[in-house]
Amino acid sequence: MTTELPADIQSSSSEIQTDKPSSNWLPPGLALQKVDERIMTLNVGPQHPGSGHMRLIVQIDGDYIVACDPDPGYVHRGEEKMAEYRNYITNIPHLERPVIHDSCNMLYPYVLGVEELLGIEVPERAKYVRVIAAELNRCIYIMYWLAIYGIFLGHSTMFMWPTGDRELLIDLMEKMTGARVTHSHFIPGGVRNDLPANFEEVCLRQVNYFEKRIKEYAAVFYDNPILISRTQNTGVLSRQDAIRLGVTGSVLRASGIDFDVRKKEPYDVYDELDIQSIVMTEGDAYARSKIPWLDMMDSCNIIRQALQKMPKSGSVRVKLKPNPKGKGLDTVYKRVESGRGSLGCYIVSDGKPEPYRLKLSVPSFRNLIALPYLLKGEKLGNMPSVYWSLNYWPVEADR
Amino acid sequence: MSVIAPKFKLSGFIQSLLDNIFWILLLFVLIGLPAVFIILIVMPMPVLDGELLTPFLALSYLANPTRILPVIHAFMTTDIFRVMAFPGFGFAALLAASVIFAERKMMAKLQLRVGPFYCGKFEGILQLMGDGLKLISKEIIIPAKADKPIFWAAPVLFVATAAAFVALIPVAPGWVVADIDLGLLAVFAVIGFFPIITILSAWSANSKYPFIGGIRALFQMVSFEIPLILSLLGVVMVTGTLNLSEITASQSNFPWIIFLPIGAIVFFITMLAELERIPFDLPEAESEIVAGWLTELSGMLYGLVQLGSYLKLYAFAALFVVLFLGGWNGPMIIPAIPEQILTEGIEMGPITLTVDGLQSLFGNTITQEMLNGTFWFVLKTAGVIFFIILPRGVFPRVRVDILLNLGWTKLIGLCFINIFIALGLLYAGVLGPGGLQ
Repeated sequence: MTTELPADIQSSSSEIQTDKPSSNWLPPGLALQKVDERIMTLNVGPQHPGSGHMRLIVQIDGDYIVACDPDPGYVHRGEEKMAEYRNYITNIPHLERPVIHDSCNMLYPYVLGVEELLGIEVPERAKYVRVIAAELNRCIYIMYWLAIYGIFLGHSTMFMWPTGDRELLIDLMEKMTGARVTHSHFIPGGVRNDLPANFEEVCLRQVNYFEKRIKEYAAVFYDNPILISRTQNTGVLSRQDAIRLGVTGSVLRASGIDFDVRKKEPYDVYDELDIQSIVMTEGDAYARSKIPWLDMMDSCNIIRQALQKMPKSGSVRVKLKPNPKGKGLDTVYKRVESGRGSLGCYIVSDGKPEPYRLKLSVPSFRNLIALPYLLKGEKLGNMPSVYWSLNYWPVEADR
Repeated sequence: MSVIAPKFKLSGFIQSLLDNIFWILLLFVLIGLPAVFIILIVMPMPVLDGELLTPFLALSYLANPTRILPVIHAFMTTDIFRVMAFPGFGFAALLAASVIFAERKMMAKLQLRVGPFYCGKFEGILQLMGDGLKLISKEIIIPAKADKPIFWAAPVLFVATAAAFVALIPVAPGWVVADIDLGLLAVFAVIGFFPIITILSAWSANSKYPFIGGIRALFQMVSFEIPLILSLLGVVMVTGTLNLSEITASQSNFPWIIFLPIGAIVFFITMLAELERIPFDLPEAESEIVAGWLTELSGMLYGLVQLGSYLKLYAFAALFVVLFLGGWNGPMIIPAIPEQILTEGIEMGPITLTVDGLQSLFGNTITQEMLNGTFWFVLKTAGVIFFIILPRGVFPRVRVDILLNLGWTKLIGLCFINIFIALGLLYAGVLGPGGLQ
């Protein structure tokens, strides 16, 4: 396979880039550029209802977007550097911060990596508990994402319904872990606490109701003719471009590529569960927005299977020695399927209690790369729908 | 007991009302009465009917129905009352205010939440007053590069134009501010002002997002004005008049929506677009262009535009009622005022109270027809407003190209079908002389 970018992507990338770094280099958007008088430059964000914690420098000609230059980095927190100064256990609470709605999945690759570094085998019951928590968190994240997608399209009911129904699962997570959003539940060696009494029954009931409820969204949102006319055939990402730009998660699966880490590289007990991992071939904003919704139903299925197959009793945690250390110079890379796509964590250990280097490979940043190519030539009205359909979370991209 | 306010108690509500009344009375007695007396004592008093008007007598006039009723009656027949209070601005503003509250409560019910709740003890009924106070107390920030006179003038002009629109609506038989023969044409003229004011406001702010929003509003309003005017041609053809009162009077048997449903539907859709309501709220699309042409407006300037747009909402709903739903026509359900009270007075045990001005007030001005007409008009308008608000909970926003495509191709085509239906009805003799209506 050739590694060259398609012709249109090449040309647009050369237009977007500002002058190369020199003595009078200015940050993007501030540099003086020779532009056509017809072209208006809009700074969408960071203080804009439709931008999130980032800035999009959009150049428009009439109603058409000529170029779009995303400028992330407004919420950079130095998670990776911070991890080098904390030991393996105290890294847990701050590593889940980039996406607090998806905190279990955010910690998952780190915890798996540390377990491999230490050479721990996790109890069977803990693996199932982790899968249940991860799938619940995926739903919580997607509900939040869906709410914002609704308000981006001017659909206020679709903002209120998911934020309300999300509470069902948040209550469940609170019962399970003691915290509503930032759980810090996964630790190397298993999970922090065992499930509370009769959790299985409550979970099954809540999840069944939740699934029934999200199916109702079709009537008001996904089958809405105005929504379909607005998002179909907009921001189309072809199969080839999806591979070359390196997008992941629902964006990749919307372009017709069946890639799901849970299926391709199963971790914990995902190989024993039946995962559907929906694939669509359209590659437009509508398909990209529909896949997370179908993923939630898939997650409900997985939770039900896991509740059935889970050992009813047993340990959920291997006790570690205080201040665990890696065995000499060692590296490990683990990835999981988070709510947004493949999330990787690369840990370098030099035998000390702290990681020598920790690197997060986040799906949001990988999906954001596709934004300038998708928005080029689109109408300004399509900007919010295409932007948010990329399943992008600004805080995660900045780390 | 209210479902969403389980702690609500009727006794508590009544107690709070009595509390308010007590404080109002106390303040009136302590401050109001002395003030009135001071004014009356300082003023030189006139001689009325050969009797010197003393301060005490002047106060007793206010409480004497025989004296005050003719004054009220005289005031109600003036133009200033019509413009300021009943069919004009005051009535419309009251309805518009209740529309805002109803909209917020309705959206809340639709979206499984509570809505305004705390302000005013009973279901947040005073929320609007609180919002108004907040807007008034806010600082008005004018952009440095703005064209200041136009930027200031545009919101005021917006409210004035909306009020002019309200003035053309007949509420009850004979109750209209401006009863002109070319009423419908005047309505079109008033509607034509809105895009101009919008673009003036947007352009004078000298900012990017208001400019884009203003251009969008201009596109939307101008391209939907054509189907708006064409959709009403059917009604003009079957009635043969442009006078809104006569159009209403012509619907005493059947409202025109029965004969011209396509025209009514097209008018309703264009109405949503003219009002910038969801799904056609592109000029205020917050995720694309912040708040569109309202972005730079702050404080009471924003409040004025909101007031104007809700007055406009009421006026459009009222126009729909007048043209298609029969306006004030409806079964007579308001009971007549008992003749005995007017002529012989009110009998209360041994005492009979006779009020002189009552007969002329209820006989000439507040008649049974007027009350009944107003009741049906308000009821129908509230129904139309409900259907104008409803799409906000159901639809996302459309895109500019889809909107313009809808306006220029589909709606204009439907308008012509509507005109052919009207022609067919006239030629077939269903309507017109010798027909149903």
